[in-house]
Amino acid sequence: MAKVHVATTINGDAVEFLCEADETLLDVLRDELHLTGSKEGCGSGDCGACSVMLDGRLVCACLVLGAELGGRAVETIENMADGEVLHPLQRKFLEHAALQCGVCTPGILVAAKALLDKNPEPSETEVRYWLAGNLCRCTGYDKIVRAVLDAAGEMRGELTHAE
Amino acid sequence: MPNDVKTGSLAPDKKLKWVGTRPLRPDGVDKVTGRAKFGADFSLPGMLIGKVLRSPHPHARIKSIDTSKAEVLPGVKAVVTRDDFHDMESEFVPAGEMLVNYRDMVRNVMAREKVLYDGHAVAAVAATSNAVAKRALKLIEVDYEPLPHVIDVLEAMEPDAPLLHEDMITAGVEPAPDKPSNVAKVVEFAIGDVEAGFAQAEVIVERTFQTKPVHQAYIEPHACVASVSEDGQAELWCTTQGHYVVRGHCARLLGMDVSKIRVTASEIGGGFGGKTVVYLEPLALALSAKACRPVKMVMSRDEVFRASGPTSGAHMRIKVGATKDGRITAAEADLKYQAGAFQGSPVQPGAMCAFAPYDLENVKVVGYDVVTNRPKVAAYRAPGAPISEYAVECVIDELARKLGLDPIDFRLANAAKEGTRAAYGPKFGPIGLVETLQEAKAHPHYTAPLGPDQGRGVASGFWFNIGGETCAALNINEDGTAALMIGTPDIGGSRASLCMMAAEELGIDLDRIRPIIADTSSLGYTFLTGGSRVTFASGMATIDAAQDAVRQLCERAAKIWEIPSDAVEWEDGYAKPAGANAGDFEPMSLAEVAKVAGKTGGPIVGHAQINAQGAGPSFGTHIVDVEVDRETGRVTVVRYTVVQDAGKAVHPAYVEGQYQGGAVQGIGWALNEEYIYGEDGRLENPGFLDYRIPVASDVPMIDTVIVEVPNPRHPYGVRGVGETPIVPPMAAITNALADALGIRFTELPMSPPKVLEAIGEAAAGG
Ligand code: FES
Ligand code: FES
Repeated sequence: MAKVHVATTINGDAVEFLCEADETLLDVLRDELHLTGSKEGCGSGDCGACSVMLDGRLVCACLVLGAELGGRAVETIENMADGEVLHPLQRKFLEHAALQCGVCTPGILVAAKALLDKNPEPSETEVRYWLAGNLCRCTGYDKIVRAVLDAAGEMRGELTHAE
Repeated sequence: MPNDVKTGSLAPDKKLKWVGTRPLRPDGVDKVTGRAKFGADFSLPGMLIGKVLRSPHPHARIKSIDTSKAEVLPGVKAVVTRDDFHDMESEFVPAGEMLVNYRDMVRNVMAREKVLYDGHAVAAVAATSNAVAKRALKLIEVDYEPLPHVIDVLEAMEPDAPLLHEDMITAGVEPAPDKPSNVAKVVEFAIGDVEAGFAQAEVIVERTFQTKPVHQAYIEPHACVASVSEDGQAELWCTTQGHYVVRGHCARLLGMDVSKIRVTASEIGGGFGGKTVVYLEPLALALSAKACRPVKMVMSRDEVFRASGPTSGAHMRIKVGATKDGRITAAEADLKYQAGAFQGSPVQPGAMCAFAPYDLENVKVVGYDVVTNRPKVAAYRAPGAPISEYAVECVIDELARKLGLDPIDFRLANAAKEGTRAAYGPKFGPIGLVETLQEAKAHPHYTAPLGPDQGRGVASGFWFNIGGETCAALNINEDGTAALMIGTPDIGGSRASLCMMAAEELGIDLDRIRPIIADTSSLGYTFLTGGSRVTFASGMATIDAAQDAVRQLCERAAKIWEIPSDAVEWEDGYAKPAGANAGDFEPMSLAEVAKVAGKTGGPIVGHAQINAQGAGPSFGTHIVDVEVDRETGRVTVVRYTVVQDAGKAVHPAYVEGQYQGGAVQGIGWALNEEYIYGEDGRLENPGFLDYRIPVASDVPMIDTVIVEVPNPRHPYGVRGVGETPIVPPMAAITNALADALGIRFTELPMSPPKVLEAIGEAAAGG
């Protein structure tokens, strides 16, 4: 089967690649483009470890086909920091020890950023329901939720402190 | 502050600068930017993709395997089956918290005579692409003779049950049975006289309990890349809790010299005990050796559920008697644990832990290790303990209520303390169970008002913790920075805690020390990350290595000053003359000594190679409030507090994280998680949609109280903390449900249909 040629934008860069018709966006990112920050925890849309932004929408990269990407724009965890300055969410995750093994972290950060872009002042419940598609087996979510709330506060310009 | 640290009275008098603080972890930036390389993130030029053909049958004889069509498919570079692995002698070797048997292991990584569970590996291929590998699997023809199967532990113990291993004679019974069965082993612990103890009891509670197998459910699937060269030198990158253990197993299974396998541990995306064994690694090495090309293998989530982990399900009977004034007179347990397809369930530790929180005179525990047509169990966080202690802690709660006693007071009246002889043998040193019970009782949570349809439960838990063989090396660099090499993969922030202990000893700033997890050829043998041993054992090795470096630093300063080395002491990162008699010299900083190391004898490297002894047992007590939706049977945890003795919390934030993560895994075990098999013996829920682990919206914040009763065998008082937190939740939640509904559940998980049914029955009956 001939591969499909796709021209797209990834993290602001024009990118071209060839992929099989059944390869997912996640396969393309990880195997073709070597952007391995997005993780595969399930391949079925159930864990959120592969969360990326597609044309400004939060999606599971394992549920999108690579061949569908022509002319679209993808943002991944690799583009979350601004040069050497971490995004406030990234910093707050470190300050709150909101990761243990860290394999869920890229997906959760991408998802949390999508939340704060939409809703800069979420309640704890809103954070919990928004992140309900992102599994973390290590932390019990407590420190993740605190880090997101703290980052939101800082981004709104409120003075907060990490515990 | 919801999270609290209670420092114990034995706290070291040393003033600590780093230990006990909450600095950022040294590997943190890599993990929030996607840079960190986990198991599936490695690639090599020319790499092939390996895939495994798995049995669709729960039990079948393999009459033949024909791989000829797959082998000639263009792009297929190697195929392996049972014929590529030598059979092994039956021999049990200790592997951490569990024993392994290579005869079984070689059959588990690749089926030989029979397939023993749905998902059992039958063949593996390596091909130039994923697509080709998948096509090749379809071309392999396996001729199976399906056999009757058995999934349930009690059915497996029936005399006419289908036998998994026709030659398995139960060990541990006298005289040895003359017929084979599915019972691999019987273990027994007894002290005192339980008959006499029950005769003294005024109230007795006896119940049977059932738990289902649950999976560790780490988010990162098993993954590895193997590269074997033409002369048989092998490199292996894999996600594992112990790369030295992987090296040892692979060398045995493949008949290779240990020196020819170099294993590098990737970052590990969770393990919880499930990544202490090998599955893909020997297959990838065998395929790579055949193809003479690197081979990458990654499990799908379906494969993770069907062919790795889980822990045992069990059937248990617990009986406890007490006098009216609340003193336990006797306790008895029968524990029947499923081992999966090969023997080796954690029933032994389960039996040892069952009554460990209590100071008892009369105890008897009998455990059965039973094989069934399910994946072979792997260690899961405090292996065995959450199962037996769940059942015991439910009975303790019921007994307390029958006696009209507060469940914490009842536990306090019977609690194990320093000097108590545990039912499994040893006398406890300083332990913190009583302190956790007192803190729990004093916690505002314990007396907070409850809403309608809510109930509160408590339970305690115990785990041994382990030490073991461990190396560390500390390279002092020429600019006064240091590189710490350790051999235990960092699964949850241990690089931070180990560097903090090194900084404390060296007296330099934390950010001057960079840690690496060394590969198996760079550092001596180090046992795996497990048994809550890393902060304790790698911590001890790190401290020893730092002290070794300090000794050398003092010697170098002595050389420069031309005084005896015992006239130099180390303080806050400086070599100083010890006292006025030693002479009058300006103190030299670590950086100053390091800078001239070339002139004073060469590089300065601290080493430690130890077998860490004296791990401190750890106890915890949990309080939980649940709310029951009477219309749907859904149980929601509305408040949760973990109180646990850490000995010393080196990095309290990561200790809290262990408490919180363990509690939430336990919530999943209690309320939702289970392996569900169909009549056909196939796993029906091998995915996260149907095997539902807790998500963020299922749980509240998890409050923590860190109690610190120092472990006298560790320089900073450290005990392990990682495993105990998963022990109490199942009983605490069951007890909370009893409080809310007046119904005693005796089966896990307490999923909505079961709760709804019980509410209906209670309403009909009452
Ligand atoms: S890998 Fe995409 S949701 Fe799990
Ligand atoms: S930190 Fe391990 S899965 Fe979230």
